[in-house]
Amino acid sequence: MALLEVREVTRRFDNFVAVNNVTFSVNAGEFFTLLGPSGCGKTTLLRMIAGFDQPDSGGIFLDGVDLKDTPPEKRPIHTVFQSYALFPHMTVEQNIAFPLKMAKQNEEEIRAKVKNALDLVDLTDRAKRHPHELSGGQRQRVALARGLVNRPRLLLLDEPLGALDAKLREQMQIELIALQRDTGVTFVFVTHAQAEALALSHRIAVMRAGKIEQLDEPDRLYGQPRNRFVADFIGNVNMHEATVKAAGETLTLELGKLGKIVAPMPKNQTLAEGASGVFVIRPEQVAIRAAQESSNDPNQFVGTVNDFLYIGDVTTYIVDLPDGARIEALLPNSAPGRAKFFELGDPVRVSWKAEAGAFLDS
Amino acid sequence: MSQSNSSRIRGERLVKYSVITPPFLFLLTFFLVPALIMVVASFRYPGEFGGLAPLFRGEDGVGGVTLENYKLFFSSTNYAWIFLRSFGVAALTTVICLFMAYPVALLVARSPKKSRDLLVLLCVLPFASNFLVRVYAWMIIFQPFDLMHSRLAVIIGMVYVHLPFMILPLYTNLEKHDPTLLDAAQDLGANAWHRFWRVTFPMSIPGIFSGALLVFIPVLGMFAIPEILGGKNDWLVGNMIKDAFLGSRDWPFGSMLSMVMTIAVLAAVGLATALAKKGVPRA
Repeated sequence: MALLEVREVTRRFDNFVAVNNVTFSVNAGEFFTLLGPSGCGKTTLLRMIAGFDQPDSGGIFLDGVDLKDTPPEKRPIHTVFQSYALFPHMTVEQNIAFPLKMAKQNEEEIRAKVKNALDLVDLTDRAKRHPHELSGGQRQRVALARGLVNRPRLLLLDEPLGALDAKLREQMQIELIALQRDTGVTFVFVTHAQAEALALSHRIAVMRAGKIEQLDEPDRLYGQPRNRFVADFIGNVNMHEATVKAAGETLTLELGKLGKIVAPMPKNQTLAEGASGVFVIRPEQVAIRAAQESSNDPNQFVGTVNDFLYIGDVTTYIVDLPDGARIEALLPNSAPGRAKFFELGDPVRVSWKAEAGAFLDS
Repeated sequence: MSQSNSSRIRGERLVKYSVITPPFLFLLTFFLVPALIMVVASFRYPGEFGGLAPLFRGEDGVGGVTLENYKLFFSSTNYAWIFLRSFGVAALTTVICLFMAYPVALLVARSPKKSRDLLVLLCVLPFASNFLVRVYAWMIIFQPFDLMHSRLAVIIGMVYVHLPFMILPLYTNLEKHDPTLLDAAQDLGANAWHRFWRVTFPMSIPGIFSGALLVFIPVLGMFAIPEILGGKNDWLVGNMIKDAFLGSRDWPFGSMLSMVMTIAVLAAVGLATALAKKGVPRA
């Protein structure tokens, strides 16, 4: 049985439906992420799981028990707030001891557990400090230690890395994974940062306008997005309007004025000739070479380099295609001594394999 | 560039000084100088018809400096009792004000933002009418209950007059608390009582402290309320000082009382500050 079950939950604020008939479940030990743009309902959902808000309909179950009549302080669920919400009048130690005191554990037990928790987040030397004397990353770790110290069934994390700078963020991501693995506590993580979600999660529910668009493992979400929104929201993607010309083993698509391409046939889906939608392909699946060089790929077009973004490890080329559309192609800079290969205005050939990309009709 | 920079700095300095000078001179003339006069006066002899005898003893043997006033104070337990009673009344008033003001301040601080200003205004509205008129109104209320000229009447009057001075600093403090902290406390297992006692209350101690100062000290100097609502036995330090100046016209004695009270208040406040700093770390 799943640890947490969210069943057909709906929450309205006046005329606005913040969460619209959402159902999903989280398994014990899982790192589960609710991902979506701001206003998609992910935080409302989190508040309902924590108990600060009640669903208008549907139910939230922990170990099969309806949480409806359990107030937040009685739920074995803790939250790491976006602002950390550390108690400013308490030391690091006292902050971490707080949930243990509330659970009326004895002094000795509290001392041992606080020591462990401080150790876990590497803050033993900061035990007597107050939150205002700590850096952002340290505060974050105190909040995590406080949330985990009495091993809740579920730890909810509301954009906890949002306030940190990029470098620290990356480091905290690694620490979060380690913490989750070491404590075995189930994490429900809320974020709008797709890269963070991909890096951290076992499974991700992508939300938009109060609904789950797709719930999948990170690689499937990235590799097999179910619709345009998910394809666009997760990672970078090239998108081109397309019409189905022939559907069989593979799919033949008409990309407007560009002409025909072959694309993989979507699994578990029947497509009829004439169906319209979009063809999506990730930049790293688009190969780029000088226009005069030939390629064995079945799908290829010649265009000109409009712009490029040199990132360091890779360069993204933005190529103008003959029909005015643009396509991005990613070229790894793995050849020593060569930072980039093409200049603005260079004629280039972009190509991809028959099994690359996907046709999405929604 | 450095020249224009330094002239800009000079300009800023000029503005700073011209803004700070008037209040500085005012305080110097009307606060520090009288305080010094009072210190000196407490060591002098009274003049024949009020006022002060000359600071330097003349050939007629009148004037000069003396410890007589202080000797008089410490020669009898009567004065000490009045002081003790004053501190007792002030402390009791402060505590009652705290218990009455806290719920009000909390209610206002947790009201919707729109209504807060109105509620604060209501708290200070009594100030809009004359103080004495309000105290005389109390007489009308007290008389049927036979409470006039009792210590209870004095305390009630004191609490009434000073309550806003407790509400306002408390409200200012409570209003700044991050509501997420209460969510966090609840989330971590704290019930309503623990949320108050472990989070709201300790964080409000600076507010309690300033409110207590704003009530405690004025109560000590208050003479109108004990005079109107209290009996002869309810005299406080304020009444003695007023009587020394306006009744017996013994200015040096009044100055001495004032000095003793100032020192006692400073000692009490210093002690309380030290205790507060030790007991509760700053937020």
